[in-house]
Amino acid sequence: MQFIRSFKFLILVSLLVLPIVFHQIGMSFYLDLATRLCILAIAAVGLNLILGYGGMISFGHAAYLGLGAYAVGIPAHHWLYGGLDFLATNNGFIHITIAVVISGLFAFLTGLICLKTKGVYFIMITMAFSQMAYYLFVSIEEYGSDDGLVINTRSEIPLINLDDPIQMFLVSFSSLIFFMWLVHLITKSNFGLILSGIKDNEARMVSLGYNVYLHKLIAFVFSGIICGFAGVLLGNFTTFISPEMIDWSRSGELMFMVILGGVATVMGPLFGAIVFVILEEVLSSITIYWHLPFGLLLIAVVLFFRGGLSSLLSK
Amino acid sequence: MANILEIKNLNKKFGGVIATKYLNLSILVGELHAIIGPNGAGKTTLISQIFGQIFPDSGQIFFQGTNVTRVPEYKKSRLGINRTFQITSVMKSLTVSENIQLATDTARENSFNFFTASNNQTTILKKIDFCLRQVGLIKAINQPVKSLSHGDCRKLEIAMALASDAQLLLLDEPMAGLGPTETNEMIALLKRLKGQQTILLIEHDMDAVFALADQISVLVSGEIIATGKPDSIRRNPKIQSAYLGGI
Repeated sequence: MQFIRSFKFLILVSLLVLPIVFHQIGMSFYLDLATRLCILAIAAVGLNLILGYGGMISFGHAAYLGLGAYAVGIPAHHWLYGGLDFLATNNGFIHITIAVVISGLFAFLTGLICLKTKGVYFIMITMAFSQMAYYLFVSIEEYGSDDGLVINTRSEIPLINLDDPIQMFLVSFSSLIFFMWLVHLITKSNFGLILSGIKDNEARMVSLGYNVYLHKLIAFVFSGIICGFAGVLLGNFTTFISPEMIDWSRSGELMFMVILGGVATVMGPLFGAIVFVILEEVLSSITIYWHLPFGLLLIAVVLFFRGGLSSLLSK
Repeated sequence: MANILEIKNLNKKFGGVIATKYLNLSILVGELHAIIGPNGAGKTTLISQIFGQIFPDSGQIFFQGTNVTRVPEYKKSRLGINRTFQITSVMKSLTVSENIQLATDTARENSFNFFTASNNQTTILKKIDFCLRQVGLIKAINQPVKSLSHGDCRKLEIAMALASDAQLLLLDEPMAGLGPTETNEMIALLKRLKGQQTILLIEHDMDAVFALADQISVLVSGEIIATGKPDSIRRNPKIQSAYLGGI
């Protein structure tokens, strides 16, 4: 028990320290890798709230990443090039507010419909909605259609300069820790207990008097907002956003991280994101067909380690 | 004594099958009312209609004087009706105490409490302790439900029904699938609850029914053919031929 706890702590500390050390000795590439890792891990933490704890398998969570990134890109675009004055700003707080409101609203409206379905239908309909977002951005020429939108100015936040890669990393890392803590709190709360009850036996929870639909909807919206926030960071990090980031295969990658790391665990999504980012980097440098060994690995995890990487630790 | 539940002219058809036919039933506060009848007589359908999982085609159900015929399931437990299931239905991946906790009003009323830990409220802990002692499961309090035996799961269901503070418990074959020892334990448990709780019991085990019930109604093909005290039911020749096989 003690060993596992210190191992988890060690991973967090190395994730914080190593990238900065690498950056200082001139290997900035690893800092970028770690920033991307943290951002993807935040999205995976958000997805884990409904997929892991709530049993809702959403295949459309990349949409929220995209919405968050466009919530940075579009106001910044107008701020630099004019048009739509009410939207034009490079103020980071406004970007975050827009991202939270839009992704929350998107989750609420699509959730109203999606949560009427279950199982495979839920997977398909969440995917369908995210593809709608995908085609929406493909069709808006002003924001680059499928070529994407270059974000020429990062969000402006007092005392923080996101143009500095170390600060960008630290913001991403601390956001990750914050959201891991927040989701942990939620899952240990009364609401979290009810959510796991719903995942286990929905019919029974209805007969116990719970408004199951409303609880699922709230969790769905929470989850969307977390991913929307991750999108704000992603937009600021890559300074580029394209509809390709919303594509369903991206949603699949988020699911991959959650399942690989271990559903319904605090550290699972982070482990998943670490393994995902590292494997993607290593395998793609060996072969352009890196998806093949990658897929085989996922199959192996699902077959042999049902609880993902986290279950290896707790054994 | 007042009626806690009153059913008037209830009808329910599934296609050509008549599951409930002009059914009238009243249950007094505090009594244990058993419903017996052959397979397919419509016993579980009746409970499901009382609980609001399915709605009747016509007729009325009154609970404590209010018409609750079309009140949906999830609102029924808030009114004070709770049921158990013929096929055990509990949250298998959670612990025994978490299952009980979910059954309490406190958990339901605080269901939008997002950030405070759920497991340290004294009132709930006391309630969990009380309910588990009633059914004799206190030793298993922190065990995951999936490690319990079938008999213990049945007890857990009863404990959950108790935790809900329901005024009326609908027990759907609590002895189903239990061995002889476990059946005796369950009978003893229901005997203890009798008097504290109003119970509508559906059961196949005749020994149990005659040992427990204050009133017995006999349901055949959706119709109640007789209601009365255990003794009069036992002596009723019509029932002996229809159901009891001429004991």
